[in-house]
Amino acid sequence: MLSIKNLSKTFSSAGEPVHVLRGVDLELRAGERVALTGESGSGKSTLLHLIAGLDAADGGTIRLEDAEVTNLSDAGRAAVRRDRIGLVFQQYNLIPSLSVEDNLAFQARIAGRHDAAWTKELVERLGLAGLLKRYPEQLSGGQQQRVAIGRALATKPSLLLADEPTGNLDEETADDVLALARDLVARTGCGFLMVTHSLHLAGTLDRHVILHAGRIA
Amino acid sequence: MRRALWVLAVLLSHWRRHKMQFATLVIGLVAATALWSGVQAINQQARNAYDRAAATFGGVRTAMLVAPNAATFSQDLFVKLRRAGWPVSPVLEGRVQVNGRSIRLLGIEPVTLPADVGNAPRLGASDLSSFVAPPGQTLVARETLTDLQEQEGAAPSISSGAKLPPLRVLPQLVPEVLVVDIGVAQRLLNKPDQVSRLLIGTPKGKPAPLASIVGDQLQRIEPNAETELERLTDSFHLNLTAFGLLSFFVGLFIVNSAVGLAFEQRLPMLRTLRACGASARLVNTVMVVELVVLALVAGLIGLACGYFIAAALLPDVVASLRGLYGAQIPGQLTLRPEWWLAGIGISIAGAMVAAATSLIKAFRMPVLVTAQPYAWQQRQRRWLILQSAAACAVFAVALLLLRYGDSLISGFGVLAALMFGAALILPASLEIILLVGQRTARGPLARWFWADSRQQLSGLSLALMALLLALAVNVGVSTMVETFSRTFVGWLSGRLAADVYISASDNAQGVAIRNWLKDRSEAQAILSGGRAETQVQGQPVELLGLPDHALYRERWPLLEAAPRAWTRLIPGNAAFISEQLSRRINVRVGDVVEVPAPGGTWELDIVGIYADYGNPKGQLAVNVAALIRQFPQTPQTRIGLIVARDKIAGLIVALQKQFALDERSVADQATVKAESIRIFNRTFAVTSALNAFTLGVAGIALLTSLLTLANSRLPQLAPLWAIGITRPRLAAIELTKTLSVALFTALLAVPLGLLVAWCLIAIVNVKAFGWRLPFHVFPLQLVELIAVALLASLLAAALPVLRLARMQPANLVKVFANER
Repeated sequence: MLSIKNLSKTFSSAGEPVHVLRGVDLELRAGERVALTGESGSGKSTLLHLIAGLDAADGGTIRLEDAEVTNLSDAGRAAVRRDRIGLVFQQYNLIPSLSVEDNLAFQARIAGRHDAAWTKELVERLGLAGLLKRYPEQLSGGQQQRVAIGRALATKPSLLLADEPTGNLDEETADDVLALARDLVARTGCGFLMVTHSLHLAGTLDRHVILHAGRIA
Repeated sequence: MRRALWVLAVLLSHWRRHKMQFATLVIGLVAATALWSGVQAINQQARNAYDRAAATFGGVRTAMLVAPNAATFSQDLFVKLRRAGWPVSPVLEGRVQVNGRSIRLLGIEPVTLPADVGNAPRLGASDLSSFVAPPGQTLVARETLTDLQEQEGAAPSISSGAKLPPLRVLPQLVPEVLVVDIGVAQRLLNKPDQVSRLLIGTPKGKPAPLASIVGDQLQRIEPNAETELERLTDSFHLNLTAFGLLSFFVGLFIVNSAVGLAFEQRLPMLRTLRACGASARLVNTVMVVELVVLALVAGLIGLACGYFIAAALLPDVVASLRGLYGAQIPGQLTLRPEWWLAGIGISIAGAMVAAATSLIKAFRMPVLVTAQPYAWQQRQRRWLILQSAAACAVFAVALLLLRYGDSLISGFGVLAALMFGAALILPASLEIILLVGQRTARGPLARWFWADSRQQLSGLSLALMALLLALAVNVGVSTMVETFSRTFVGWLSGRLAADVYISASDNAQGVAIRNWLKDRSEAQAILSGGRAETQVQGQPVELLGLPDHALYRERWPLLEAAPRAWTRLIPGNAAFISEQLSRRINVRVGDVVEVPAPGGTWELDIVGIYADYGNPKGQLAVNVAALIRQFPQTPQTRIGLIVARDKIAGLIVALQKQFALDERSVADQATVKAESIRIFNRTFAVTSALNAFTLGVAGIALLTSLLTLANSRLPQLAPLWAIGITRPRLAAIELTKTLSVALFTALLAVPLGLLVAWCLIAIVNVKAFGWRLPFHVFPLQLVELIAVALLASLLAAALPVLRLARMQPANLVKVFANER
């Protein structure tokens, strides 16, 4: 479902090139749940951003189902993100001016794939029923992250990408949130790639890969 | 499309959660559009009126034939020319007195009137017969009918006892003119077979040369694209436009501030939109559409406000233009569709300009950019350096314009560059002041006070720039007006030498009045004056005939004079020149001016220069007897009288009764002076109103900036609250900070304002009107203005500070709750 071959990415820092990814190879099957760990600065978030088409790779290929992400224009990458990928960030990145209800439905509406029944199910499973009219600033961190997961899954994506989704949460809340995410991923059958620092959380997924020195170890 | 609408809904949702920011944006756009379009409405109204006046039955918009000495000529010449194939039409012009009011009478010949006389009001075929067949008609504008206190269909008498044909309203006609058939005009003006000018239509073939038909009895005058009135009033309208532009830019400052802040606050939202799959093109397009829609709505509100502003200011403008230039502008506001379109256009263009920086940033923003609300604060130092460098470049432009510019536009260019440069350099100047404060501060709270003021500066700098500009313009204009006021009143006292002024309707009445006065013991002296029109070096010039009387020598103010100037005036070969004409044709005392007169060139030695404030025309003052010798057709209708103070009222009543003169035709010195001062004050009433509007807009800019920043201030204030500084004390500190930066800004505005005043007095006034005033500084006025600035800042700061003082501790605790 997701196939990454020889992916490389270099940044410039203070005039010096920094080779963050030096030929990453990674395969992900449909429905597979993979944890990606590695030390700080190892390129985990960069890899996630490249898969999501938020940034362009310097070399290598990323294929998501039949789409070669690395060959797409900005608009093409946006379309892939919109229709096939769900993104969850550490900082939640909810739209502060929209209510929980509107945040949940937002990406699905953008994609033209709003499914009221599925959204209702997400609301129930994520325990957001009493919070729909609230705004992000009126929610706790755990609640906000549940909304972010709901938004990412509302389009029934092929791949859910999560970048430190529990980084801002306490351990108990983090476990709860991740359990919900795992259940929902299983329910939709989408692939799940999660960047985390927690080996404990990594151990709860199907597979655990480590990024080291710009390569999958 | 649905996708775009969703993105638009998300972008708009930001405003729902930031209502004050939205209000700021709309207020800025409304204020900018309202003030600009209000001024444009006034200018358009006036220009339409000039156009109507110019095109009235072939004014200067039509080519014409006139006698070289500008006198009337025999209508036989008209017959000769028509027979030779010239498509000419005769016009006779004069003045008649109706109900005690002197009014212009125009006699036309409607059958031969050229069809292509601009947008002149025309007579339809059905009206033609009733216009020419007895008793005929007197065409009149509705305003004139009201002024004359007559009804349509009435046939009022003129001073000679003859009756006008029945009055008929012609809506497009310019005010203050009566139009009759030329035969009727010749009878009423007692000029049988006489014609003032011949209008030239489009010839079908090539008629014989003019000289072969009429010799040198007539000369051709080509049509003017711009009338004398338009030229004279240009500076007045330019002045209004400059104010409109200033207000527009101050309004845009608010828009720029609001859009910039909104952009920074929406960065995370934009990032999320992109992350959710909205393409950069879609987001950017929707952002532009959002801005255009907002500008459209705000523009419409602004236009409605502009209409009311124009309607409120119009009476003063009409009075000023009538008093200063004799221009007749209808007091009822009529607006053309292009005004509405231009208003909407300027609102949208203004919004795009104000938002350009933010939009460009958004277009270039990589999707992974870290959300950095108020990121500009971090880049403040670099920006201050860039802004200061730009300010220096703009000041250099001002210097170049000052050195090499020689027009009114360049004068305004100097002003604009000066103010723009000062606005650019303001943040750096305040930064230096605050830095010095920080370095000299002792206690920890005092150090925080200065440091935090510096940090707050970038968020407030645009509002402070607006305040600086508004204050500087206020200082400049107030200083100029006060200088002008004092100079004008002093000058008027000297200039109005006689005790009573009479304006007879014609020479016959003038002679009758003089004869009657000879038998009145109250009249200690009868001072006959006269005025004639001519051209000197292509400039329209008024020749003013002064009587030889000791009173004039004692009181008539001269700026510069040759020895024995008044004595040299008597023989008739010397003249005084008005300051504005001396500048226009570059003539000084000792030079000679050649004046074309009916009898040949009249050479005049210039022996003095006098101020002639308020007169748009260039003027030469000569001995009245000499004037009548050179220009025999000079109307001798102006009479001044020296009368004992206690006899003035009685004599005026007797004159009015004896000669049916209205209050315009006979007035005492005090009335004339009061009227002149009233006109003067009304002229500057418009300026003062626009001045106040601009200051008001700057106050709004400050208020909206403070309100917008209020919430973002919490992270800075909450730690102080946490360590034991009470909310009221925090509020007091915030208020002191705002007032401090406002005070520094006001103090910097004072020298800038005085520089603006100097530019207005030494450059703009000289170019616009031709006179230069002495430069005075009025310290009390400056202190008042600083107090007004502080009051405006206090009002602007009051609301956010009150909110802070009453803020629930829970809101301050949230600042820490969000920190993880």
